Amino acid sequence: MKHVKMESYFSRLESFIDSLEDKKGSLITVLHKAQDIFGYLPEEVQSFVAKKLGIPRSKVYGVVTFYSFFTMTPKGKYPISVCLGTACYVRGAAKLLDEFKRKLEIDIGQTTKDGLFSLDGLRCVGACSLAPVVIIKDKVYGKVTVDMVEKIISEYKALGVV
Amino acid sequence: MSYQRYCLVCNSSKCGHYSKAIADNIKHYLRENNIKDIKVVMTECFGLCKQGPIVKIMPDNIVYSGVKPMDTKEIVEKHLINGEVVSRLVHENKKSKQLKIVLRNCGFIDPENIDDYIEKDGYFALAKALKMSRMDVINEIKLSGLRGRGGGGFPTGLKWEYAYKQNSDQKYVVCNADEGDPGAFMDRSVLEGDPHSVIEGMLICGYAIGSNKGLVYTRAEYPLAVKRLSKAIKDAREYGFLGNNIMGSGFNFDIEIKYGAGAFVCGEETALIRSMEGERGEPTSKPPYPAESGYWDKPTNVNNVETFANVPVIINKGANWFNKIGTEKSKGTKVFALAGKINNVGLIEVPMGITLREIIFDIGGGIKDGKRFKAVQTGGPSGGCLTEKDLDTPIDYDTLLAKGSMMGSGGMIVMDEDDCMVAVAKFYLEFTVDESCGKCTPCRVGNKRLYELLEKVTSGKATFSDLDKIKNLSNVIKDTALCGLGQTAPNPVLSTITNFWDEYVAHVNEKSCPSGQCKELIRYIIDHNKCVGCTACVRVCPVYAISGKVREPHTIDQDKCIKCGACYNTCKFDAIYKK
Repeated sequence: MKHVKMESYFSRLESFIDSLEDKKGSLITVLHKAQDIFGYLPEEVQSFVAKKLGIPRSKVYGVVTFYSFFTMTPKGKYPISVCLGTACYVRGAAKLLDEFKRKLEIDIGQTTKDGLFSLDGLRCVGACSLAPVVIIKDKVYGKVTVDMVEKIISEYKALGVV
Repeated sequence: MSYQRYCLVCNSSKCGHYSKAIADNIKHYLRENNIKDIKVVMTECFGLCKQGPIVKIMPDNIVYSGVKPMDTKEIVEKHLINGEVVSRLVHENKKSKQLKIVLRNCGFIDPENIDDYIEKDGYFALAKALKMSRMDVINEIKLSGLRGRGGGGFPTGLKWEYAYKQNSDQKYVVCNADEGDPGAFMDRSVLEGDPHSVIEGMLICGYAIGSNKGLVYTRAEYPLAVKRLSKAIKDAREYGFLGNNIMGSGFNFDIEIKYGAGAFVCGEETALIRSMEGERGEPTSKPPYPAESGYWDKPTNVNNVETFANVPVIINKGANWFNKIGTEKSKGTKVFALAGKINNVGLIEVPMGITLREIIFDIGGGIKDGKRFKAVQTGGPSGGCLTEKDLDTPIDYDTLLAKGSMMGSGGMIVMDEDDCMVAVAKFYLEFTVDESCGKCTPCRVGNKRLYELLEKVTSGKATFSDLDKIKNLSNVIKDTALCGLGQTAPNPVLSTITNFWDEYVAHVNEKSCPSGQCKELIRYIIDHNKCVGCTACVRVCPVYAISGKVREPHTIDQDKCIKCGACYNTCKFDAIYKK
């Protein structure tokens, strides 16, 4: 089943690359699409992109690792991003991040063993009036305090792996 | 159909929680009363986030703040039907010191409706420019005194002229919308609130320098901005403002959106161009400038969002109108994102030359919780801090530089007495170290070493010779780094070390942090006179550092304590204090 799913992912990516009018300079566009499809950019996907675009794998890897938006590890079902922009920082974002790390027992860039949560810091989402801000999947939590962390996590745990 | 009144409901981050309910309710009551000549529009930030949700009635120019969905009936019945203002909800206008040029339409029009923009004289400037000679357009921009709003403040007209003079079969106009400065969201608001003004600015630039291709480089983290801009581009094509033979002038121009992928350095124009070509966003040395050899080695003119949004107004109202606003060398207005420890968080647009005091205390409503103002950081990680003594200095490009800060893209973070300035400098430096592309040694290695020295200070391990090292190293990096990111990275350090020398000394000499922020230097102590022995702190301590019998005073073992502050936050008797 999983194998079939991966194959359909690759064929979707392939038809996207084939549909590009001009492949010159399209690497970042293609990687955005690939991450959209696969959720992350493992080595196989990078090799595939390199072959399709006719460029060295080293170049693809270079670009993937340069930009913070691209990730080589799969994200959790509920990716948690703690904003570390300046406005959130002066309103205590660092303490929030520590609390998430402590409660989930993972560091930045890691995913919990059950695959539910991954933790990241990000730089300013432009919602500074709500500082400090935490984003979980597409939901924005504003004015988060250390006490709220436990409750927020258990909310998602209750939703489970469905 | 023309509308008698417009009812604007703020739909930005903070008000957004209620905006849909408010707008739906208003529509419902309008329908109930069979009123059809009032249009409800969802708009962008009014810069009054603290008082949100905001509803504004035009053309009456009445702003209601703190509106709840249940207030809507009153607004509709009293104001929209009977023309009577609901005085209990009227927002007290503290913002009269603002002047809106760039944000002229943000919050006043539906950003997804091109007709709204046209109604506000949209694309009139384009029509006017297309009847002028290309050099006349450039001269108008030169005469206006407009300078680049992305940070550096290079005269826009000169930049255009340089690109105009290049002989090439292909030239590009690039809009830099890679707003990476943490705490700044001006460009996002313009793109979300008035995307057509940016498109029109780019069109006029394209005509002036002789380019038929525009590119907007924007952050993937701004999905709404991308959506609005894409819609605006599509609509502009349909109306014939983009495409071939625009307005019968024979001028062709189209715009494409390029996505960034989260790299702060890509705000630097040469790095941005590399990134648009699908490469690692590493800067190249200038010259050659992008105006000679940019995107795919063709002449390229790069301006930021706010700069482009100024252009249509300058063409419409004339350079002589624009250059009367502001100071001698900085004309027009600047949009700032006011954030941090301040009461009114939000976007403001003010004429150049306004003082910091007016911004923070009149417009910003002063410091949160009645605390004392300490400093404000302008220019983000590339800038510096301004202190109490600078409160009455008129703000423009040159005065900020003279104060060791810079205009930057417009982030303004206010700090109060609780913020440790050494930690703030360290925070900014951590950001630049993280974002350094690694190409040149002064930035890759130098800033990392500088960060380590600051770490020594905040952990109480530094000596006075380290403070000298910090100063020397900062100056070397400033002089030798390749691009703007590296050269300006030590600015927050130099500026805080100059303005808050005493704080640095306290960290070194007394091994203490006057603001109680630096974790390693804090000690949590239990006051035995206040402790009742409830054991609440014992239960939350993650490292079992607290001991004591029930109903007897407890003690914290300083060797075990990791200074997480859990006990401090838990104690109901104020028995734990920081030292």
